Amino acid sequence: MIRAVSVVPHESYSEDEELPAWSLPADAVGRIRVPGTLPEEVTREWAWGGSTGAGVRVCILDSGIELDHPLVGQVERSVAVLRDEEGELHVSDDGEGDLCGHGTACAGVVRSLAPDVELTSVRVLGEGYTGGGEIMLRGLAWAIEEGFQVVNMSLSTTRTKYVERLHELADHAYFRRVLLVASAHNMPVESFPWRFASVISVGSHEEPDPLTFYYNPTPPVEFFGRGLDLDVAWLGGGTLRCTGNSFATPHIAGICALILAKHPGLTPFQLKSVLHQTASNAGGGQ
Amino acid sequence: MSDLEAAVAAGVLGADEAHRALLQATVEVARAIFRAKAASVFLLDEETDELVFEAVAGEGEGELIGMRFPAGNGMAGWVLTTRQPLVVDDLHSDTRWSRSQAESTGYVPKSMMSVPLLVEERALGVLSVLDRSTEVRLTLSEVDLLGLFANQAAIALDLLQRARRAREALAGEGRLAPLAKIAARLEEGERETAFELLQVLEKLLRQTG
Repeated sequence: MIRAVSVVPHESYSEDEELPAWSLPADAVGRIRVPGTLPEEVTREWAWGGSTGAGVRVCILDSGIELDHPLVGQVERSVAVLRDEEGELHVSDDGEGDLCGHGTACAGVVRSLAPDVELTSVRVLGEGYTGGGEIMLRGLAWAIEEGFQVVNMSLSTTRTKYVERLHELADHAYFRRVLLVASAHNMPVESFPWRFASVISVGSHEEPDPLTFYYNPTPPVEFFGRGLDLDVAWLGGGTLRCTGNSFATPHIAGICALILAKHPGLTPFQLKSVLHQTASNAGGGQ
Repeated sequence: MSDLEAAVAAGVLGADEAHRALLQATVEVARAIFRAKAASVFLLDEETDELVFEAVAGEGEGELIGMRFPAGNGMAGWVLTTRQPLVVDDLHSDTRWSRSQAESTGYVPKSMMSVPLLVEERALGVLSVLDRSTEVRLTLSEVDLLGLFANQAAIALDLLQRARRAREALAGEGRLAPLAKIAARLEEGERETAFELLQVLEKLLRQTG
């Protein structure tokens, strides 16, 4: 369950100082001073100019990542959510690589935009279809507890029985400053977690520039990233030409990593504001 | 809908074939619209965690129906589990995938569009379009169009599954088999009376239950 205290104190607060949670007594006001983080004009140069993503830990929640792929480079850690003989789920170190190619593709996109990020793979696919939702939830919970700054989720579930727990996890991530970047659906179905306001949801646009992205003034899809005809990293050290929101999502995740490397104190809502201000349809591409 | 209601509504016998024809028509239109070499629908068998070829138009038509492969890995499995459509070109460069594809189906496509078949919150299977025409440049509208087709195929697949479940319930050792036998022996006029009797029994059950 969500704890009643601020779980990720701002860097300006000392670790041992207890911060107010449910109400703010007058004598505590001085203790929650917030430095002004966003400038009057938020430009791309301010947001990520000169950033390589160094120091930012990005988690790819997917089918695994192929090790030693030239377009992916070093993978800090690979884990998988596995079911034991009693049916319990565990997160264990994983040597399977990528069972499909998709996770490798997403990792390669993030790496192409933010070359110095630390990549971690959480494999939540490949253990059979049944129970896929439970495995995804377990992998996501692990990623949040590990405190990755960005989690790429090019996947979704339509099962309503998972919605409540998924929603709780998404909100938990939001308050822990774990940014969930999730693929939207281009089909007429209800699916999650991309519909939640606490995540960054991504659809596709058709342009070839990886840094072109749009803010959508009519959500639930909030941003559009590059998602058409991409040469992405695939199994066997090669590439494949792919299309889909799954590949637009790591573009936005990569841009978020660039921003967070330069401005590590940003909260998810501040980061969403920066994305909005720097979107190509908000003059950000100028 | 109860199995008996589904059975009656579907006309029981013959419905399976009619729904299979509807599914076949859907893959044929999908193939024609994308001017593709093949289009197919895979049904998820949740008990064995496998995907089964349920309808095929074009390459492999008549040979692949009933063929099974694990749902947990590969691109179709990924589409099913993540609920995300996927378009992949230059498939030949994925040699591992190409080899397994050639071994199982005898046909290795260059490109594949795959989309999950969703009815309400359930994922029933996957629609795949192989080797679409390269004359038409892919845009996001084509991906959306594929999503619309998937919706139609999902409804057809859902109907097929319902009819099958109804038939299984009515056939052989199925729990409704005695009813089917009685209904089959009755003349048409008597059948109506039998259904009325069933309705009265159902009402009685509702009142006691």
